[in-house]
Amino acid sequence: MTAGHASYAEDFRTVQATLPGAGVPWLQQLRTNAMESFLDSGFPTTRTEDWKYTDLRSLTRRHYRPAARPQPANCAVPADPWWQDELQHRLVFIDGYFVPELCPPGPLLSGVTLTGLARVLEEQPDLLEHRLGRNTDLEQPGFNAFNTLFMRDGAYISLGDGAVLDQPVHLLFVSTGTDASLRPVRNIIVAGPDSHATVIESYVALNDAAGLTSAVTEISLETGAHIEHYKLEEESASASHIAGIYVTQDRDSRFDSHNIALGGQLVRNDLQVALNGPGAATTLNGLTVTRGRQHVDNHTRVDHNEPQARSDEWYRGILDDRSRAVFNGRIVVHPDAQQTVSHQHNHNLLLSGDAEADAKPQLEIHANDVQCTHGCTVGQLDEEALFYFRSRGVDATTARNFLVYAFAADVLERIRIRPVRRMLERRLAGRFMETEALDFLRDRLSG
Amino acid sequence: MNTAAREMLAISGLQVAVEGKIILNSIDLKVRAGELHAIMGPNGSGKSTFAQVLAGRETYEVLQGSAHFLDQDLLDLSPEERARLGLFLAFQYPVEIPGVSNIYFLKTALNAVRRHQGLDELDAMDFISLVRGKLAAMQMNEDLLYRSVNEGFSGGEKKRNEILQMMVLEPVLTILDETDSGLDIDALKVVADGVNSMRSPERAFIVVTHYQRLLNYIEPDYVHVLSAGRIARSGGPELAIELEQRGYGWIEQGEGAVQ
Ligand SMILES: Nc1ncnc2c1ncn2[C@@H]1O[C@H](COP(=O)(O)OP(=O)(O)OP(=O)(O)O)[C@@H](O)[C@H]1O
Ligand SMILES: [Mg+2]
Repeated sequence: MTAGHASYAEDFRTVQATLPGAGVPWLQQLRTNAMESFLDSGFPTTRTEDWKYTDLRSLTRRHYRPAARPQPANCAVPADPWWQDELQHRLVFIDGYFVPELCPPGPLLSGVTLTGLARVLEEQPDLLEHRLGRNTDLEQPGFNAFNTLFMRDGAYISLGDGAVLDQPVHLLFVSTGTDASLRPVRNIIVAGPDSHATVIESYVALNDAAGLTSAVTEISLETGAHIEHYKLEEESASASHIAGIYVTQDRDSRFDSHNIALGGQLVRNDLQVALNGPGAATTLNGLTVTRGRQHVDNHTRVDHNEPQARSDEWYRGILDDRSRAVFNGRIVVHPDAQQTVSHQHNHNLLLSGDAEADAKPQLEIHANDVQCTHGCTVGQLDEEALFYFRSRGVDATTARNFLVYAFAADVLERIRIRPVRRMLERRLAGRFMETEALDFLRDRLSG
Repeated sequence: MNTAAREMLAISGLQVAVEGKIILNSIDLKVRAGELHAIMGPNGSGKSTFAQVLAGRETYEVLQGSAHFLDQDLLDLSPEERARLGLFLAFQYPVEIPGVSNIYFLKTALNAVRRHQGLDELDAMDFISLVRGKLAAMQMNEDLLYRSVNEGFSGGEKKRNEILQMMVLEPVLTILDETDSGLDIDALKVVADGVNSMRSPERAFIVVTHYQRLLNYIEPDYVHVLSAGRIARSGGPELAIELEQRGYGWIEQGEGAVQ
């Protein structure tokens, strides 16, 4: 244990009584367990197997303090936001605190609960007793214990039997704090049998402070449920963002994930899916676009626990300057999981000689009747293709931009929510596009 | 002014190396507007190297000599500048570009050339109507426009696509690098018709081929034989017929002086 840990323990004791649900026995027990685990293992180092590519010293050198509840004057959302007025169901969080005043009223939905987690912990903690922390392993090296200590708010989404939300739910997390702000977030999504919803978790910053966001999202899909989940990370260029998404899927459920990392200095995503029933299907899409000295580490893990489930992964990285991206894709096919189908793809495009991509597939197959493939590539722009463009009169910069965009197209095409696709196309455009190519993608994507 | 006699390309003493190895040596060639030159020669003799150097491929290093295109120093121009001035290379191995649709590739190229010529850019509607007619002439299926450039195209489709690009961009100097290779008889005819439809006193062609058959459809004014990086022999259309009968051995052995 280091001095750093002790002071976080101290911080916890200071805020403990102010945390929502402080008097609820099962929650106290959960936090006691988290404290033990945190004091035992602390933050991972590069000697920890799952963290060997991600040096956390820039994070552990600093001490972050739980952000204070924002003053009403500081409760703002970005001007001219990418979602414009298209997403009706929105929960807004400022520095981790749910601010219902900033949310559009939204139509009432039968069988659906959409609210802040703190409210539920205060008013109906029983709803969460067997939910909160169910998908998160406190012993796993990383930030689960840390998040469990400091969590206070986040989104609570519950879909009743057969509930279908035809408009996406937008969870907007706005960072406004200082360099030392800790923004804990805990989201709980429970999708009842045959329910369906799209949830967009988006992280934006209103300043360029170097705070820490620690986010954990637990998603449970019951039989036949379908959740489409977007995580759009656009934190400030100096912020740290450590997130975990833990998903359990029952029979015939479907989970589609789009994990987009654009901002932040140090970013880590642990995305873990347990396929616990036959016919369950999961698709994990990812796009990481980095520059400067950004570091983005995506660790995915899919556990095929039951037969006849399917997982597909499509991760791409576009890396410029001295940035670095890590992709570690672990697939575990357990002994009973016959007739598993699992495909994993990870492709990285290096735009600079100083950028680095570490791509590591990890397949552990303990069943014999399975179909599993994986492929990883790290490459540069295709010189032949560049010359082909230029030989047709297209200047080198435009040609390069076309090729970068084309590299991302594969991920973009799978994004079905129009404002999200438009946002990404603009972000890429801002980074890589000239006018001609902008036309190209506008035409291409507006269909 | 006699446009037919206008000098389009003048190459003199061109020496080219790749990775320190000399591939082309003292190449001299003059092409006037309206002419069609065929270049033949054994595998590895440097035909594609020559074609790519003209198009501006930077992997090849020009050690000596000069090349002028429409009175400009060709070797000073970037590949895109050459293309905008009206030089077009139909690749021996057309490049696949996943994720970029053929139609946008073509439209971007045409608008780059039009901008250079001071013309208005075409919008999507005008462009599609322009392309449709040419597509029909090339007997190409319209869905090829919406697929990624050359990706998964058959060998013949790729070659037709090169000629389609030529017809859209309307270059003044076209270099065809073995566009006939791998084509069936009908496709060969379509490609030849495409080329012939573009022939005019203002345009010139350099046609690299291994086969006399193409030259039955596209009649050359001159035939040159490239051998071991040199133009070993030049002549009229009859030279192609002689090569068809006798092969290259007699030229490589130096029989018969270069004219
Ligand atoms: N990038 C390169 N690196 C090394 N050698 C090269 C390169 N490009 C061409 N060469 C060599 O230069 C020589 C000429 O090649 P080129 O492709 O120009 O021949 P060609 O006449 O077009 O042959 P073919 O009829 O088979 O198409 C060959 O020996 C080839 O291996
Ligand atoms: Mg060749």
